[in-house]
Order: sequence, then C-alpha cells, then structure tokens
Amino acid sequence: MKKTHRGHPLWFSYALHRASGLGLAVFLPFHFYILSMALTQPERLDYFLHFAENPLVKVAEFGLVFGLAIHMFGGLRVLAMEWLPWSDNQKTLAAAALAVSFLISVTFFLKAI
Amino acid sequence: MSDSVKLMDVAIWRGDATGGAYEHFEVPAQESQTILDVVSWIQQNQDANLTYRYACRVGMCGSCAMMVNGTPRWTCRTHVKKVLDGNKLTVAPLRNLPVIKDLATDMDPFFDKWVEAEGVHHPSKTRDDAIELIDPKSSARVEANTGIECINCSICYAACDTVAGNTDYLGPAALQRSWTLYNDARDADKQGILDAVSGTGGCHNCHSQGSCAVHCPNDLNPMKAIAGLKRATAMSFLKNGR
Repeated sequence: MKKTHRGHPLWFSYALHRASGLGLAVFLPFHFYILSMALTQPERLDYFLHFAENPLVKVAEFGLVFGLAIHMFGGLRVLAMEWLPWSDNQKTLAAAALAVSFLISVTFFLKAI
Repeated sequence: MSDSVKLMDVAIWRGDATGGAYEHFEVPAQESQTILDVVSWIQQNQDANLTYRYACRVGMCGSCAMMVNGTPRWTCRTHVKKVLDGNKLTVAPLRNLPVIKDLATDMDPFFDKWVEAEGVHHPSKTRDDAIELIDPKSSARVEANTGIECINCSICYAACDTVAGNTDYLGPAALQRSWTLYNDARDADKQGILDAVSGTGGCHNCHSQGSCAVHCPNDLNPMKAIAGLKRATAMSFLKNGR
C-alpha cells in the first residue's frame, strides 16, 4: 500500500471509531425492530432466534461485540483526552482499547460456539 | 557525468489553479541530497520555468514544505535517502491549499486563519509600563512553551483530513497559536481567543486523528493544544455561558 499522511496508529484508531460508530448506527434500528417482535409477533421472534444459532451468525456477532467494545473503549479514550489533563501516551491507550476489545469479543465468541 | 551516477525518477507536479499533471525528470543521485536539492537541480539544469518556494534552506523559515511521496514534509531538511521509494520520488504542492503554480501554493488561507483564531498578541500593557516578569516555571508558561517553535510551514494543515473536509476549519497551526496565547500571562484577551476558537470552524471540529503531530517537523503537538482549547472553551461555557 502506498504510504500517505494517514499511515499512523491514531489515524487508524479514528477510522476504526468512525466505522464502528456507523456500523452500530445501522445495526441498532434492526436490533430494536427484532426485539419489538417479542410483543407483536412472538412466532417470528422464535424463528429469528433459531436462525441466530447458525455459526455464520455467531461470527457476525463476534464482529458486533468487537464493534461495540472498540467504540466504547475508543470513545472513553477520546473523552479522557478532551476532558482530563493531557496524557502523552495516546498511542498506547488506543492500542490498549483495541486489545481489550479483542479480548472481550474473542471471549464472547469462544463462549458462543 | 560518469556512468556510475545513479539517476532517480522524479515526478514533479506541474500546473496551476486550473489543473495540472506530473512531469518526470531524471535527476543524478548525490550523497547527502535533500528533496529541495533535487527540485533546485531540476530548476537549474532541466526546466528553468519550474516554480517552487524556499528561503533559508535550514529549517527555520517554513517556506519549502511540499508533498513528498504523498506525505507533507519540509523539503530542505528531508534527505532523499530517507524517502526514496525504490528509485522514485514524487513531489507535489502542499495539500489543502490553492496552487499558484507548480509546487508553490497560495498560503493566504493558512495565514488568514491565524488572525481569525485571534492568533495575534493582545497587549496588556503600554510602552510606558514596566516589562512584565514571567515565571518560566509556571504551569501556563511551560504549556505555552510547548507550542512556540512553530515555523508556520503549513505541514500540519496539509496533513489534516478535517481541513480537507471543512474549508472553514481553522486548522492545527492556528489553533495551537491560540492555545499558546491563551496560556501567555501577557495576553489581555483570553475570552476573545476562546470566542474565536469555539465557532463553526473552531477547535471542536478536530477529530483527533493526530496527523498534525505525526508530521510536524519540529515535533510539536497541535492535537494536544486543540484538546486544551476544547477543555478551556467547555469550562468557559459552563461557567460564563459562552
């Protein structure tokens, strides 16, 4: 890949935060719609819950949990950067957010399968 | 020229505000050669019409910044051997600024934003007053000192994707200047500074991508300054309603 001004850890951290945020914004309306079926169409909800046992859905759920975790921990890093006294170790904190998110989502995946 | 001289393939962007394209030159490689040496060699030996800007050649004046292989750099202090991609170099005018001709950009929008961000001294004393004593160890002075080595080269401005996406955004250098003055005991209009940097093009646009800090040739950290302004403007809003 051609190196540009963007090729550094905090830019990737920004891109990951933006992508996970957009992904979650798209996911949430579907999530609430499916949940609402518990009240309106319980049979369809049961069918969907059965479908969600599919291994491919578990892989997608791993991505979902990773997206949620990285958006939360990455967001906490940005909040701390903007509201607390400055800390020079932003790259380390971004890497830690990534590591913790990966740990959480892999743990979730291993329990799910 | 001996046969053993290695020739580099140098692509130089040629054109003006209406558009342009890369033109290739073969430039002999030399020991301890800088990107500015390469551009100057082309202008002196191959095309006298090549337009570019430089002044001091020693990293003091901030005139010679260009995009080198896709990254903004001070060309006078960038060695070819550090950035040569195989045998190729690509040199283009700075990003995010209008091009005048070839490698020379119009820096006016960049400097205008320094003034818009109240990056000007607001005196607290007249010439008849005694000179204010500054405690070099005070936390505000220590913070101000971290930003004063800016040479106005516009590399951070060219590296910033927020500037690219929002032409009103004041940009890293201007906001860092505001933060320096905000922390300067001699500045008499701190609220004016906060008002100037909290508008639509102000510090809250920053997405903290950090390209400004990564590419600053003097290792300054405008992202840190902007985070400071975000805190100061938020505190001002909570305390004073603006």
